[in-house]
Amino acid sequence: MIIETKTSQAIQSNTPTIMTANNVDVFYGKKQAICNVSLNIPENQITALIGPSGCGKSTFLRCFNRMNDTINICRVSGEIKFSGQNIYDPKVDVVALRSRIGMVFQKANPFPKSIFENVAYGPRIHGLAESKDELESIVIRSLKRAGLYDEVSDRLSEPGTSLSGGQQQRLCIARAIAVDPQVILMDEPCSALDPIATAIIEDLMETMKEKYTIVIVTHSMQQAARVSQQTAFFHLGELVESGDTQAIFTNPIQERTQNYISGRIG
Amino acid sequence: MPNYILSTSRQMAKRHAREKRFKWYGRIAIFISIAFLVFMFSAIIFRGASAFQQTKISLDINFSESILDPSSSRDPDLLKRANYKPIVVESLLSVIPEVTERRDRNRLYKLLSTGAVFDLGEKVADDPSILGKSKKVWLLASSEVDLFMKGKIDPNVSEDLRRLKDRDIEWIEILKSEGRIKKKFNKTLFTNGDSREPEMAGILGAAIGSFFSLLVCFLIAFPLGILTAVYLEEYAKKNFITDFIEVNINNLAAVPSIVFGLLGLSIFLNFFHLPRSTPLVGGIVLALMTLPTIIIASRSILRSIPQSIRDAALGLGASKTQTTFHHVVPLAMPGMLTGTILGMARALGETAPLLMIGMVAFIVDIPKGVTDVATSLPVQIFLWADSPEKGFVERTSAAIMVLLAFLILMNICAVYLRKRLERRW
Amino acid sequence: MIENHIVASFDNDMSKLESLFQEMGDIVLVQLKDATRALRKEDRDLAKKVVKGDKQLNELERDLNDLAIKILALRQPFAIDLRYVLTTLKSAGHLERMGDLTRNMAQRTRTIAKAEAETGPIETLIRMSKLVQGMTETILEAYKSRDGELAKKVRAQDEKVDMAHNSLFRELVTYMMEDASNISACMHVLFIAKNIERMGDNIADIAKEIIYMTTGDWPEGKRAKSDKTSKIIFS
Repeated sequence: MIIETKTSQAIQSNTPTIMTANNVDVFYGKKQAICNVSLNIPENQITALIGPSGCGKSTFLRCFNRMNDTINICRVSGEIKFSGQNIYDPKVDVVALRSRIGMVFQKANPFPKSIFENVAYGPRIHGLAESKDELESIVIRSLKRAGLYDEVSDRLSEPGTSLSGGQQQRLCIARAIAVDPQVILMDEPCSALDPIATAIIEDLMETMKEKYTIVIVTHSMQQAARVSQQTAFFHLGELVESGDTQAIFTNPIQERTQNYISGRIG
Repeated sequence: MPNYILSTSRQMAKRHAREKRFKWYGRIAIFISIAFLVFMFSAIIFRGASAFQQTKISLDINFSESILDPSSSRDPDLLKRANYKPIVVESLLSVIPEVTERRDRNRLYKLLSTGAVFDLGEKVADDPSILGKSKKVWLLASSEVDLFMKGKIDPNVSEDLRRLKDRDIEWIEILKSEGRIKKKFNKTLFTNGDSREPEMAGILGAAIGSFFSLLVCFLIAFPLGILTAVYLEEYAKKNFITDFIEVNINNLAAVPSIVFGLLGLSIFLNFFHLPRSTPLVGGIVLALMTLPTIIIASRSILRSIPQSIRDAALGLGASKTQTTFHHVVPLAMPGMLTGTILGMARALGETAPLLMIGMVAFIVDIPKGVTDVATSLPVQIFLWADSPEKGFVERTSAAIMVLLAFLILMNICAVYLRKRLERRW
Repeated sequence: MIENHIVASFDNDMSKLESLFQEMGDIVLVQLKDATRALRKEDRDLAKKVVKGDKQLNELERDLNDLAIKILALRQPFAIDLRYVLTTLKSAGHLERMGDLTRNMAQRTRTIAKAEAETGPIETLIRMSKLVQGMTETILEAYKSRDGELAKKVRAQDEKVDMAHNSLFRELVTYMMEDASNISACMHVLFIAKNIERMGDNIADIAKEIIYMTTGDWPEGKRAKSDKTSKIIFS
């Protein structure tokens, strides 16, 4: 069920929606992980999905770029629209979809290749660069947008795995940006990082949202409060409440939301 | 301080004693294994080292043109088949003139290997300008002479019990005193194919046969094995059929190799009528035998590649094939190669399946292709071990040493590759 | 708060905050009662006690401040917890102010006794004080039970205090106009009246905080401010 605060409606009437989920159910075999969730994702904003462990927020996130397709026993029903088109339509090319909707994972997973190759892989397989120079400029631009270029400009040929944890995660962000997506999904991107690295990435997200739409799953309520404009609270596979972040964290409507964010239920 | 953390307490002492005992069990076990290994290697080396030297007799040969090439045709075939015996005997007599009787002269001639004249023929055919000249040539001695020079024939034993008679020994002593009989490095071991005469026998034929067999085996098993593993691990849906296949592959890895030989015999030879006793069939049979090993090793490597790599590639919009072949397979390749090399090493030493498809024949010629009749190194060892001639004893051990050297080399390659190409992720 | 926090020490901190506030509220009530009785009975010793008692209130407010800051910094509270801590902090400030006003009242008691003021105005003062005492009791009850409706009622009661203040203002001006020797006594009575009226305002502010704490919205519109004294001119 959708419970929206009045301020969230105010937000959404002003900003366009780039993705919409309508009555989405997700099953792992017989077990239902997501029950009838509907949510709007406003464009050029950061939407945070919060909730206790096992509430289904990561599962729901992975529906947006159809990563759940890689799991055999996972079944998704309902409608998810991206720019007005249902992404679960059989005619949709999943590979092309994933170049429009990128993903950054919990543990930084750069390819065991050079920094340059890591960022260049995406544009290469999608044929985004016509010449070597163009490819290079895409790589440099992506690294700059991810706030990593200054730190690695002199060692682009070194392996991506030689960077620190925070740098690796920014490399993964640069890699995702390089294919020029519209939406970037982030699954607990800072959970393995120290506070400074986390802060750098949160600051980065602030600038990134001007060009991209970001949906982030986080188990840290403080992080959701810090970075997002819209927050959605999941519990036991249901969307309990969603709305303006400030409203959710100062005066949520649902008691369950209140109990979760004030540390009364886990 | 509580008593149980002090090193002098009883519990500590007992624990330390237990650990010490366990460490000593390990050390003793390792020591025993190494001792056996050393013993085995010593026995082989002891027996085989002498095979790397071969006795040769030096004679001044007068390459009389009238005897060898009366028509002055300089035809290599004719030159090879010319009668060299007279000029050799002549040369021998010049060294040991007291041999007058015909029978004795034949006996003297027998000091040389029967292949010595063939060597002469090859020499003249290669360089006909030598005709008409006199030259000092080192000729291969016979196996008995060779064994005597290596101290493997006891002169004190009664003459009836040995082939080398006292008179032969006398002549050898004369040659020795003139410095005309020496042990030189045994090139023939590495340049000749098999032969009835031990002194002429070499492993080249068997080695080339093994090489061709392994080549065919690799060309079939490696791509097939790798791609099968990739398909089963990355693409195939996990259901009853794939489980069934996995169980079967695991079982096949344990099937005795002779069964594969029977398979080769009945299907490839009797049904498809492929040429018998060739590296082609040998290679196919070995490939079938090695495939399960390669598939199992490759699958386990593929399984160990973390899912995060695949997720990263898929998340970027790579297709399944791109993900698998751009990322997963290159990362898995060092491990898969190691598994393949180890499989090959096993195949190198296999004898039973090759026996079944006929690679046990006596092959003299060096095979030039995969459809030429050949044998393999282990089979060669088996045949030589079976031979009655004493000269083959040392050769068997020498061949075993060569085979072991190859096996060790292949294993070292596998270890080196694995260390070198190991990637961290 | 129906359920307890998962972290028990968080609950402990919050209860401590509540008990500090309650303690302050009880002291304010007692102080006001005593100051009023001192005024009626012209009891100088009681007045002195009230003046001394204000110190304890200030100390409590300091402790409450420190605890509130600690909770904000270390617990990062959200939603109802955040509103609760902030409103308690602010309301404690109002209570402390009320304590100051009560002390002021007690200080003037001696002076009034000396001036032998008319008992009429004193009666009105006592009546106003009783009203404010009632409001204080009710607001403390509203805080304890987190009752926003009760707080709204209390907020409305301030009107009565304002009206009593208005009429007293008129009365005193009349007295002063009648007899100039009354002026000093009446001025003191007026200041005490002002103090009591201000106490009422403070309680109304606490009521506003309690409404925000329970509903998450500030009460809309201006409450009825009936203090018209600023508009009274006698010519």
